[in-house]
Amino acid sequence: MKELRIHGRGGQGSVTAAELLAIAAFRDRKYSQAFPAFGAERRGAPVMAFMRVDDEPIRIRSQVYEPDYVMVQDASLIGVVDFMSGLKDGGILLINTPKSPEELGLKGNFTLRTINATAIAKEMIGRPIVNTTMMGAFAGVTGAVSLHAVIYAVKERFRGVAGDNNAKAIKRAYDLMIEGVSS
Amino acid sequence: MKLRIGAIADPGTSVVNLTGGWRTEIPRITPELCIRCFNCVIYCPESAVKYSDKEGIYFDYDYCKGCGICSNECSGHAIYMEMEEK
Amino acid sequence: MQVVEGSYAIAHAVKRCRPDVISAYPITPQTHIVEDLAQFVADGELECEFVPVDSEHSAMSVALGASAVGARAYSASTSQGLALMWEVLYNVSGMRLPVVMTAVNRAMSAPLSIWNDQQDTIGARDSGWIQIYVEDIQEAHDAMIQGYKIAESKDVMLPLMVCADGFILTHTYEPVVLAEQIEVDDFLPPYEPEYFLSVDNPLSFGCFAEPDKYMEFRYMQHEAMDRARIKIKEVADEFGKAFGRYYGGLIEGYNLDGAEIVLLTFGSIIGTIKEVVDREKNVGILKIRSYRPFPLVEIRDALKDAKVVAVIEKDFSAGFEGALFTDVKAALYNHINDLKMLGFVVGLGGRDVRADDILEIIKRSKSAMDGGITDEWQFIGLRGELL
Ligand code: SF4
Ligand code: SF4
Repeated sequence: MKELRIHGRGGQGSVTAAELLAIAAFRDRKYSQAFPAFGAERRGAPVMAFMRVDDEPIRIRSQVYEPDYVMVQDASLIGVVDFMSGLKDGGILLINTPKSPEELGLKGNFTLRTINATAIAKEMIGRPIVNTTMMGAFAGVTGAVSLHAVIYAVKERFRGVAGDNNAKAIKRAYDLMIEGVSS
Repeated sequence: MKLRIGAIADPGTSVVNLTGGWRTEIPRITPELCIRCFNCVIYCPESAVKYSDKEGIYFDYDYCKGCGICSNECSGHAIYMEMEEK
Repeated sequence: MQVVEGSYAIAHAVKRCRPDVISAYPITPQTHIVEDLAQFVADGELECEFVPVDSEHSAMSVALGASAVGARAYSASTSQGLALMWEVLYNVSGMRLPVVMTAVNRAMSAPLSIWNDQQDTIGARDSGWIQIYVEDIQEAHDAMIQGYKIAESKDVMLPLMVCADGFILTHTYEPVVLAEQIEVDDFLPPYEPEYFLSVDNPLSFGCFAEPDKYMEFRYMQHEAMDRARIKIKEVADEFGKAFGRYYGGLIEGYNLDGAEIVLLTFGSIIGTIKEVVDREKNVGILKIRSYRPFPLVEIRDALKDAKVVAVIEKDFSAGFEGALFTDVKAALYNHINDLKMLGFVVGLGGRDVRADDILEIIKRSKSAMDGGITDEWQFIGLRGELL
């Protein structure tokens, strides 16, 4: 089983990202589970969402404490939220920031990848809503879900032009991560 | 009779319950004071106050339970209560 | 199968049961269920009278009235909302109206908490409703369909609440098989009550019962609960045949063969416990599906070879202990007397129940098996530093 924890702020679509990644994983013929850190969400407040993916049906229902992957949607959470808590040895940390991993200077036994998802989302979707772009990056960095499944899940949710633009942003983020270039 | 589930009963069974037996005071009327406002008819919880053109206001003593509401509500002070000797 | 939110799966199952009347008042974490149902009605997917009301008391009153005229009625609530329904819960069961509701489990205030535990439905334990507790989203979906069949069966005629953990089940997305209309229509016949209100054939429901009759009405409810024991099992079997999914009748055992320690519980926590128990030797799980009627005989039978039973629950009766723990002990008394019994309260007010908590319970059960019992009943996961 692989476990993901997403950190964001209320209104940034973290819960939607977890949900759509679960749909994508299921599209990849795996079992999946997604849920928010339950609470009274307020716009702008730090929030968390979780996703599990496995070849077997998933029964465990506690929160994720030792994630394989952590995704941070908003660099302003650095220093505010302990998003590295419990990250597994050899795990992957993916942060939305214009800075390079070196510039961030976060140390530990994990792979740190960064992506300027805000810039990509602004350019391709026309709004700084980064959750779908981050999903593309997540697929590229981790391989836990496939690119086509992510695009499928997002296009199911956002039809028409919005869906197409989101798909382009996803593809761009995915390619950047696959090429190993942190933009 | 066996009970039905849910305390489900036939309707209208309150007519077999002659509440007149509960009475200690009994309403009486002074017909000359009655202005025919029908407050008594409306307010009686047992629908025991009756009216006919011939008799004016009168009471169905099978169901009148002697509560005195008719007397209290009477606009003409026409209804008074008195101790009933049984 | 498709990945949907738990609330959606529940709403979908309710829709497939073709309710005539839905009445509910929104309250976290029940809201999504009712929103989804309102959407189905607005979109014309469900032909149904959707009655928005001013309170939960009214919601259950509307369901009562609807059921009394012969409609299939549905409601949903949680926590304080369920508490506000209290007097109507007793009226519905006393009038023997097969209303089915989803009772989303949430902590009771004060302190104010919107998070999950099971104090709310445990409080409604004695209200004369059948209570089915579910483990995952698929079971929640399926239990709604089973629920109407059990409640409306002629020899039961009791209301039924499907108790599903708030957030943990209602707000989680996972793969679920959503029932097709034709499958549900084949399984669940239309509701045809023997007695119903109509102007052509007037009746009065829940009439006045003087001391010479009241006890008999309650005794009839008790007998109906006894018959529900059989019906719940039958319907689970029928459902298994029709849909290929089975969760046990009144109870379900997991790894019970040769188990010395049995963890007995209900609700969504079972998934996490299964994950832990798979890595342990001689530890099994006894899941309670039907809390009312209570599966006395089945529990005795399932525990006859066990050495320690640990009852785990998200509720407690202040001044005593966990309600389920008390009930299990009562069921075994005079029947199995060499079994050691421990009670554990976990997860109140949404405190996450982790695999480590379950391991701790197993550890304490083992030491009770080898030695004596020091603490018969205890809280797990308490933050001592705050006390
Ligand atoms: S005394 Fe009461 S019951 Fe009798 S007639 Fe007057 S109002 Fe009716
Ligand atoms: S209330 Fe008094 S005045 Fe009015 S109709 Fe009755 S008896 Fe007459």
